[in-house]
Amino acid sequence: MTTDTTQTIARIAEIIINELKLEDVTPTTFDADLDLVDEVGIDSMDLATIALVLRDEYGIRIDEDDYPKLTTVRIIAEYISTKLAEKE
Amino acid sequence: MKTVSSLLDAEWYERYKKISRLNIRSSIYDVTDRCNLRCKGCFFFSSGEHERASEEKDVDKWHSFVEKEMDRGVNLAILIGGEPTLCMDRIEAFYKRLPTFCATNGLIKVPRDRFPDMMVGLSLWGDSQDEITLRGQDTFKITSANYEGDPHAYYLYTITPKQLGKTEKIIQKIKNIGLKVHMQLLSNDEDVNGFSWKAEELIAIRAEMDAMLDAYPGTVVSSKYYHEVITTGKMLDRTFGWSECPSVTILRDNRDPQPKRLTNFIRYASDLKTVHRCCTSETRDCSTCKDGAAHMSWIMVNKRAHIKTTKDLQNWIEVYEMFAKLYQFIPW
Ligand code: SF4
Ligand code: SF4
Repeated sequence: MTTDTTQTIARIAEIIINELKLEDVTPTTFDADLDLVDEVGIDSMDLATIALVLRDEYGIRIDEDDYPKLTTVRIIAEYISTKLAEKE
Repeated sequence: MKTVSSLLDAEWYERYKKISRLNIRSSIYDVTDRCNLRCKGCFFFSSGEHERASEEKDVDKWHSFVEKEMDRGVNLAILIGGEPTLCMDRIEAFYKRLPTFCATNGLIKVPRDRFPDMMVGLSLWGDSQDEITLRGQDTFKITSANYEGDPHAYYLYTITPKQLGKTEKIIQKIKNIGLKVHMQLLSNDEDVNGFSWKAEELIAIRAEMDAMLDAYPGTVVSSKYYHEVITTGKMLDRTFGWSECPSVTILRDNRDPQPKRLTNFIRYASDLKTVHRCCTSETRDCSTCKDGAAHMSWIMVNKRAHIKTTKDLQNWIEVYEMFAKLYQFIPW
């Protein structure tokens, strides 16, 4: 795992914690492989909110059709890396 | 951090997973401004909504409208009115493309050769005496003959204070014809003489609804948590009303802060352009609103608030399952 990915994972975790006001967890203790729907309990509206923050932060658009694929923080980080690479 | 699986045993967790990715996106459509009944306490006519727009009569426009609604992400069309069955062609524009629910008084039978599996909600306002008082006739006689044994139909029983102590008879009648029933409450500001809820009656009806669910689990599609929320207007430590309501048309929603709400929800009038403020009458007082769908959705969109204790999350699951059953996303 690259430092970049580690940083992206931590930042995504931080965004999710802030947006969903999650308690008793920090960006470093957030399990990047935890299923966001089945375990954290986020819904499509939560995901839409998170997508907006990520769009502003990384300058990428997250297609709504892609939401169902974005099941963990790690998968979101990889998705962002791919999108950024496509832009370059 | 509390996770879903840490709060649920294996059986409940499976139930959760069956509904957690459904992502239901409903909107509501007035199919017509006309009705073959004129019930006292019908919000559509009492608030003048039937005069807000003039019906789009070109059925091709209904077809293209539904296509656009699907592009907007709608995956459940809830058809109301007036009486939708006066305009079967318009219903078909939805049914051909989308999971569709049709709320009807049931006097005109939905032809099952044309709409084999469309879910139909049959409105019922009480026993024959109350039906005659409020609607001018006992609709149950006709609707029970039209829909007996139909697996894609259920009664939407609007309970009024006059029904206290009388619901069992009605539920028994529904059971006898092999249908299911979902209970909701008349809102006070529909202002029908003697049909206004008092606080003690709401307590009593909650207990009665709970008892009906216990006694007729195969017939009553409901949940005790829903009974609690709709009769008290409270969910967790919050109070239902304008600032919390999830069923506000997105184009009319200028609330700040925005509460959790149904994604992209719109209620369209029958001209397919005019939008209504919310799923029910614009003149209704939000602080006493008893709209069943709005209360159900209020619980459903606030999932994360229920990931606190096992009981809270189980309550949420039961309400979501109830909704998913009523709109055929999961089997009875
Ligand atoms: S049948 Fe329904 S739409 Fe028609 S008047 Fe009665 S409540 Fe209103
Ligand atoms: S009247 Fe009821 S459904 Fe409509 S906005 Fe107010 S609370 Fe919501």
